[in-house]
Amino acid sequence: MKQTVWTIQDNTRIARDTWRMRFSGDSEAFIKPGQFLNLSLDVYYLRRPFSVFDWAPGQASIIYKVLGRGTEHMTCLQPGARLDVLCGLGNGFSLDTGARRPLLLGGGAGIPPLYRLCRELAGQGRLVQVALGFGGADEIFLAEEFRALGAQVSVATMDGSAGLRGTALDACDFTQADFFHACGPTAMLKALCAQAGIPGEVSLEERMGCGFGACMGCTVITRQGPQRVCKEGPVFSREVLGW
Amino acid sequence: MVDLSVTLCGIELTNPLIAASGTFGFGQEYASLYDLNQLGSFSFKGTTLEPREGNPAPRIAECPGGMLNAVGLQNPGVHKVISEELPALARVFGKPVMANVSGFSIAEYVEICQLLDAQEQVGWLEVNISCPNVHGGGMAFGSDPGAAAAVTRAVRRVCKKPVIIKLSPNVGDIAQIARACEDEGADGLSLINTLLGLRLNLKTKKPLLPFVTGGLSGPAIFPVALRMVWQVYRAVRIPIIGMGGIQSAEDVIEMMLCGATAVQVGSANLVNPYACPDILRDLPRVMARYNIKNLRDITGGAH
Repeated sequence: MKQTVWTIQDNTRIARDTWRMRFSGDSEAFIKPGQFLNLSLDVYYLRRPFSVFDWAPGQASIIYKVLGRGTEHMTCLQPGARLDVLCGLGNGFSLDTGARRPLLLGGGAGIPPLYRLCRELAGQGRLVQVALGFGGADEIFLAEEFRALGAQVSVATMDGSAGLRGTALDACDFTQADFFHACGPTAMLKALCAQAGIPGEVSLEERMGCGFGACMGCTVITRQGPQRVCKEGPVFSREVLGW
Repeated sequence: MVDLSVTLCGIELTNPLIAASGTFGFGQEYASLYDLNQLGSFSFKGTTLEPREGNPAPRIAECPGGMLNAVGLQNPGVHKVISEELPALARVFGKPVMANVSGFSIAEYVEICQLLDAQEQVGWLEVNISCPNVHGGGMAFGSDPGAAAAVTRAVRRVCKKPVIIKLSPNVGDIAQIARACEDEGADGLSLINTLLGLRLNLKTKKPLLPFVTGGLSGPAIFPVALRMVWQVYRAVRIPIIGMGGIQSAEDVIEMMLCGATAVQVGSANLVNPYACPDILRDLPRVMARYNIKNLRDITGGAH
């Protein structure tokens, strides 16, 4: 973990209620896709956690969904604004599963951390299948970026306005995969684990006090006892969760 | 040169800053960020006899200037604290640590206190009779003078080290509880624990926390803490550790002027992991601004 100050480079709407914020600043604490950062915002006492979308030396970016007062406030932040951030938090996705055909499954705001994961897995020569779920056609983001990485991408929308009708779960083909990495609504993750007869891991979301393991606010009960989503997680194997 | 040192129940502290229980784990998360030996001390995570998984999620809510928690004393149990956490702590912290303990019966408080009293690293026992996030324990002992007195008496009898009773603000007359503890031999008092609060989730129109209530902490409660430390200082002669919403060097001085011998910093650590070193860095400059040479001289100075 590292506390640092980032400067906003740009803050752009990329789909309905979905924005991308690019920062310049120290990002060396990030070592794995699926890790997160904890942003200090003027409108809240506690920080707000966001998964890191992508990073490179001296820069990083997040993709966020406008869901409440904090993210609404974030859409108004201008380039040049400085934000206090704790970065390099959490464990991140596994890059050494040995899977030849990994399946990446993302629902809505859970999609961003899968992009960097896809890039790293594709870079290892894996045949990556990506299944993305959105509310409707105007909410779709990143699908083209995943395709540009060479992944086989399928899209589902809840209202059927684009791709298949349903969730990301309806868009994936388990017969073509030997491991899954998933992030999205808890109900989707549980349904995934119930349906998929392959090993895999999911990234969980929970309300956090600190984001770095001190307050025990985000504990989830697992087969290995109580685990902190912010420290031992956010990524847990389905075996550990017993899902 | 200003002097930050204070004496708490016969033990010298290089400064009055103690990181508060429940916001500091067993020190390891912060030890990777800074040298813990900068602190006066810290109070480790509330420890019970048996391991506890804590309450169901979500456990955290918030409000302007503060947060609610209903963690529910998640901890590995006193035996694992002694066999694993204290040896790990010894590698990063060389000062006496404050052992925060909770129980569900007087016999349990006695057993945990005996075990921790025997640990060389433990400087003080901080007996939490004020946790609002468990049923049938914690605050039940801290909201009645008779029960507070009974816990104090039982624990005092079996401990060689200073016994500090951590008081709840969720009471009618905190001075009365404080006197009851002093009368039974408490060596010090720490206050305040969190204030009982509640938030709803408007989507479900139900309480946001499955535990229903949570303990409010953070700068929102600072004036309440000051008022209670003020009242207790007038009621007892034993030292007070003041806490509740402290987040700056100025807050430390204000709390000590109200009657605190030392202070604890809690929620501030969660939003700024460097809160304690930041306050320590600022203290000499702020003391100079207010013409304070020795911090130990200002306790109760506002009365």
